[in-house]
Amino acid sequence: MTFRAAVITFPGSNCDRDMAEALRIVSGQEPLRIWHGDADLPDGLDFIALPGGFSYGDYLRSGAMAANSPIMRAIVSAADRGVPVFGVCNGFQVLTEAGLLPGALMRNARQNFICRDVELTVTNNQSLFTARYDAEQLISIPVAHHDGNYFADDETLDKLEGEGRVAFRYSEDYNGSQRQIAGVLNAAGNVLGMMPHPERAIEQAHGGTDGRALFESLIGELVSA
Amino acid sequence: MLVRILVSLKPGVLDPQGRAVHHALEGLGYSGVRNVRIGRMIELDVDDDTDDDTIKQMCERLLANTVIESYRIERVQS
Repeated sequence: MTFRAAVITFPGSNCDRDMAEALRIVSGQEPLRIWHGDADLPDGLDFIALPGGFSYGDYLRSGAMAANSPIMRAIVSAADRGVPVFGVCNGFQVLTEAGLLPGALMRNARQNFICRDVELTVTNNQSLFTARYDAEQLISIPVAHHDGNYFADDETLDKLEGEGRVAFRYSEDYNGSQRQIAGVLNAAGNVLGMMPHPERAIEQAHGGTDGRALFESLIGELVSA
Repeated sequence: MLVRILVSLKPGVLDPQGRAVHHALEGLGYSGVRNVRIGRMIELDVDDDTDDDTIKQMCERLLANTVIESYRIERVQS
């Protein structure tokens, strides 16, 4: 089997190595590492990951500068062609700023940086990214963010819920997110953004392995497809 | 030409920072403050012939996130 994954690094990304490591552990293959200043992606990619961190020092708004990086044009066009794209934390912020996912990530409601394990409910276990979870499964995944407060207008939120595009929900209100949304899918189901870090819950040494099923879902679905 | 872009959260979008500052002002004894909203001001020094449409595009594409923010354009010198 081949699984050709790419991890994008922006200036200020700091979870790119964790993401690459998670992909390597679960798929057994070394992902490509792509610098944000590249204008083109390699051909034949199966998967693109946008990692966490503080791209461009969160200047202007978290993710706003990275969303205009040269590589983003290629990522938007890959996403439009159906290539799975996954953004975690700052990667989620970049995906909303780039218009690949609806809504915006605002400063946490209590203004605090939250760094802890949180409990999530898998609200959609039918997606490319979540098929190996049970419906409504409770999982524990770390978060580390200041701007994780998901906002969209009520019409958008109703639509997301109605179309099963809320992938994960926080079990309690950690950061002020509308309807406790922790992760959302695009309409086609090939783009997922989430604030929690599944790539930090892969091995027992991480304190938990609940993130592993996300990568297994993705790799399993892509390889069997 | 100097242009100021005033970016603020849309009405209805909760502004926790503004709320915290509101509380702090009350703590200092200023009881007559009804509401506090915090935004940002971006100053652009642009060519004199830059038209409104171009500045508006800059706001929509980068300077403001129109999902949560509104913006106002002020020409300071002409």
